[in-house]
Amino acid sequence: MHFHHPTTLADATQAVAEGATPLAGGTDLMVEVNFRHRRPEHVVGLRKVEELGAWEGNRIGAGVTWRRLEHGGPQALAEAARTVGSPQIRNAGTIGGNVVTASPAGDGLPFLVAVDAKVEVMSAEGGRLVPWDVFFVGVKKTTLAADELVTAIHLPESLPERQAFGKVGVRSAMVIATVGCVVTRTDDGKTTVGLGSVGPTPLRASRAEEMISSVTRPTESDLAEFQKMVSDEARPITDHRSTEEYRRHAVGVLARRLLERCLR
Amino acid sequence: MTAPSRVRPARVAGGVGDSTLRPDGIPKLEGSFEYAQDLWQEGALWGATTRSPHAHARIVAVDVSPALSIGGVHAVLTADDVPGSPTFGLEHSDQPVLASDVINYWGEPVALVAAEDRDTARRAAAAVKVRYEILEPLTDPGEADTRDEAFRRIRIRRGDQEASGPVVVEGYYETAMQDQAPLGTEAGLAVPDGQGGVDLFATSQFLHVDHEQVVASLGLSADQVRAHPTGIGGAFGSREDVNLHIHLCMLALRTGQPVKMVYDRSESFTGHVHRHPARMWYRHEANRDGTLARVEARILLDGGAYASTTPAVLANASYFAVGPYKCDSVAVDGVGTRTNNPPCGAMRGFGAVQVCFAYETQMDRLADALSMDPIELRRKNALTTGDHFATTGQIIETPLPTVEVLESLAAMPLPADSESDLLPGGSGLTTEARHVMRGIGYAIGIKNLGFSEGFDDYSQARVRLAGSGAVVETAAIEVGQGLVTVLAQIARTALGISDVTVEHVDTSRIDSAGSTSASRQTQVSGGAVLKAATTLRDRILHHHDGDDLTDQGVLRNGDVIVTMGELVADDWQETATFRHPPTTAPDEYGQGKLHADFAVAGHRAVVDVDPELGLVRVIRVDTAQDVGKALNPEAVLGQIEGGIMQGVGLAVMEELVVEEGIIRNPNFTDYLLPTILDAPDVEALLIEEDGSWGPFGAKGVGEPPTISSTAAVAAAIRAATGKAIERVPVRPQDIAL
Amino acid sequence: MIVEFLLNGEPATARIVSPVSLLDVLRDQLELPGSKNACEQGECGSCSVVLDGEIVCSCLVMAADVGDSEVVTVEGIGGDGLTPVQRAMHHSGAVQCGFCTPGIVVVAADLFARNPNPTTLEIKEALAGNICRCTGYGAIIRSFEKLARETS
Repeated sequence: MHFHHPTTLADATQAVAEGATPLAGGTDLMVEVNFRHRRPEHVVGLRKVEELGAWEGNRIGAGVTWRRLEHGGPQALAEAARTVGSPQIRNAGTIGGNVVTASPAGDGLPFLVAVDAKVEVMSAEGGRLVPWDVFFVGVKKTTLAADELVTAIHLPESLPERQAFGKVGVRSAMVIATVGCVVTRTDDGKTTVGLGSVGPTPLRASRAEEMISSVTRPTESDLAEFQKMVSDEARPITDHRSTEEYRRHAVGVLARRLLERCLR
Repeated sequence: MTAPSRVRPARVAGGVGDSTLRPDGIPKLEGSFEYAQDLWQEGALWGATTRSPHAHARIVAVDVSPALSIGGVHAVLTADDVPGSPTFGLEHSDQPVLASDVINYWGEPVALVAAEDRDTARRAAAAVKVRYEILEPLTDPGEADTRDEAFRRIRIRRGDQEASGPVVVEGYYETAMQDQAPLGTEAGLAVPDGQGGVDLFATSQFLHVDHEQVVASLGLSADQVRAHPTGIGGAFGSREDVNLHIHLCMLALRTGQPVKMVYDRSESFTGHVHRHPARMWYRHEANRDGTLARVEARILLDGGAYASTTPAVLANASYFAVGPYKCDSVAVDGVGTRTNNPPCGAMRGFGAVQVCFAYETQMDRLADALSMDPIELRRKNALTTGDHFATTGQIIETPLPTVEVLESLAAMPLPADSESDLLPGGSGLTTEARHVMRGIGYAIGIKNLGFSEGFDDYSQARVRLAGSGAVVETAAIEVGQGLVTVLAQIARTALGISDVTVEHVDTSRIDSAGSTSASRQTQVSGGAVLKAATTLRDRILHHHDGDDLTDQGVLRNGDVIVTMGELVADDWQETATFRHPPTTAPDEYGQGKLHADFAVAGHRAVVDVDPELGLVRVIRVDTAQDVGKALNPEAVLGQIEGGIMQGVGLAVMEELVVEEGIIRNPNFTDYLLPTILDAPDVEALLIEEDGSWGPFGAKGVGEPPTISSTAAVAAAIRAATGKAIERVPVRPQDIAL
Repeated sequence: MIVEFLLNGEPATARIVSPVSLLDVLRDQLELPGSKNACEQGECGSCSVVLDGEIVCSCLVMAADVGDSEVVTVEGIGGDGLTPVQRAMHHSGAVQCGFCTPGIVVVAADLFARNPNPTTLEIKEALAGNICRCTGYGAIIRSFEKLARETS
């Protein structure tokens, strides 16, 4: 097999252009390899590309690990980071990997969609910034081109003052989300809701957001309405992890609780 | 002259009653302990298995040539290559070594490959071309029952069948398919001996029965195959059946080279049997004072595609259908169905777990209907020594401290209302204290110890003097439970010698020790060691006219008259076989002395539930357990805590999801095992009472922790939520919707 | 390709022909079977090693990726005799079948190196990625609680 070990981004994108499979923390790719679903013979390891590990202000390098986000990320992203796999997984797995894998259950994704993050991608030809709703197109499907590498996540200049993350799973740790959610709210009431595991891609509950953003001091009935609207906007399915009905119910309950946390 | 048999040996360091440290602890901690996965021999090939992707199909054609054409492949074998019996099985030889005609379950082996490395072996296994004609699988066990696709039916009728009581509760209950999920997957190495025979080193719980099945399918004589014990990473029932054993030997004999095989986790999920999923209908009738007037039960266990131990598991479920309670009017009908689901068989608790969830839920409902305290209802009906066992009618002859278990459990202190370091939902931050309801639930359970229904259940052990002390030889399998520790403890106390080690030996060197299952090894193999060691000590003292045996040698009036070195040079040894008290086969109504011994245990679970999201955290599980005599209290506690955790797993998260015969979650991402953050605090009370036939009065302790812990957690969830909870595991949607 | 790295303090060389995991190379090529393979998807922790100072699951590390890195396995934990973590486990009944044990030793050694005095919750959070099927975790927790008390 052929393995590149670049230390610069230019060398990394060059290798990708030549057809190498990018390898970051390995926590997704190696499962595929171990289960013999994939067998990449030409691989570019990104662990030692310093630029990918860079994290400055609102630009988080794709190679930043969950371990680092857990301790220094924006509140809801740090809360999400703490639920990613195990300590071992958080030491290896990266936010870039979460985005590229694009699992509906990706723990970092509800936050990214809730704050309208953009995905920075780069090829040997140059780079572009892709809004999340253009980037994610289906279950584990993105618009990343074969010769492109995700290099960073761009968060907005200013983040909502209040943020809360929650994830439903039947085990206390190391569990794939049955439902994931992030609610953010600014001091002037603008609310966003990012949802995971209730659709083919991470989603926003736009109608619920619009309704609750217009209410300065939500009452019990506003909260109930919000909960119902989030449930209605979810697009869950039944699979071996849960049922459509439960996911629809739980996502509403969770969103409401997270909103309540933001309102306190 | 002294009468040696009456001399009680002096208390010996590391003897019975001490929490002696494991002899294999240090190598396990250093990573140097050798497991079946770690075996290797120069020149060994790797084996791999081609498995059916369908639950039910006809094999139209098998083309091995694409696999054979891959470089590095040494052999590809199919059903035509099985030299002896084409089938194997623990109780019934009904399972094809390799499928030849019809596929009966998803993952059934069709072909075998040996190649120079693991990667090549796996690629070649995938390259074998099998043409299938897909058939409609039978996956509904109810339908199988209707079509009389049954491995066994059991009919128990005891007492006046017209008896009735004024207070009646009925219920229908289900338990899901659970996996043993030992951390070590199936693995082994087969080494041809160059003379047509083979040495097998593979994961096992029962060497001699593996050996029998391997010999039959290889078409060899018994002495041409030697099954050796190896290091084993857990078992819990999953290693009672043969899986890769015959395959490894076939590949080794065909290639003339050692062959190694290790299942990966997903293959392991298809490579061993599981805990039977159950459907149970119950009707309890009681008098106004709470005494049981009649119990009726119909129990359906789905055995899946092949028999494995289904007949015995069904027997257990049926005989333990009433629980540790007295009742003189009983009707139980059990069926173990044959379907195209994954084969089910032994798992810790062996049929007693499923029914315990049902009968304990019934007892709680009955207490409700009677407006009676549930502990009081249980105490009132508690089965104890001298009583007739409700189903089989046999008289309980060994100590059965059901009342003590109940009373001590109820008397244990409860945690403060606020006490919990974690909320439901765990690190997911779903739940705040204000969302939580706490519930407390009780359950007690009973199970047989050792094999039942007339099975000749015995173990042979040898004790010999060697080195600077004694060696115990046994074919009993150590799977992690600590048999290796306790057998040495028994020998130390019986001999009066502290320097004792245990050597696990192969099938050619000793007779069977029976299975490491049914909570039986401490009692049965421990019994054999006690017998051999006691006899050996007596013979030595008799021979030398001594009055004591110690690490120094034979003593007379406190003086060493023969040194240990001199004794060892004389090759002293004793081989003994121990049988537990005989049992009988059931009559047509399921009556008879079917069981040799019983143990009871009780659990009290405290759970925090977030009812709106349906999330549960088990805060603590307290227990009182009938152990006879705790030979190694710390090891007993280890069995109790581990068994409770598996019971909690079945209560709240462990389920193999099977759709159309296919396991949807054969991996550790989706088959959820409890983590350390899910572990409840456990307080355990050991109830000791002399009188069992086990060594020093010991009873088996491995299974009772798993029997009623599931039911106690379910009861606690019921108490917290008011939901009926008629199925385990309890899923979030069962509570929240 | 040839991969050179530092393994338990000594230079090591592995010949890599396919995208295999570090775990496979440790076990099959470098004769270090202490790291265990129980799930191959990072869900059990039995294969935990220290890679460049951080604990990871060696089943999810591509062996080709460890060139110039430093790897410590259970075999490289401690030297003569048992380390305090190992001794604590041995004396508290924290080992049964032992298949999860090497991974727990690696993770606990890392925990106590960073925080000699962890709380019970910190112990549990550190070990949340290490599945034990035998003990129910009680003895494991007790062993490290005791060690934390002794080192405080």
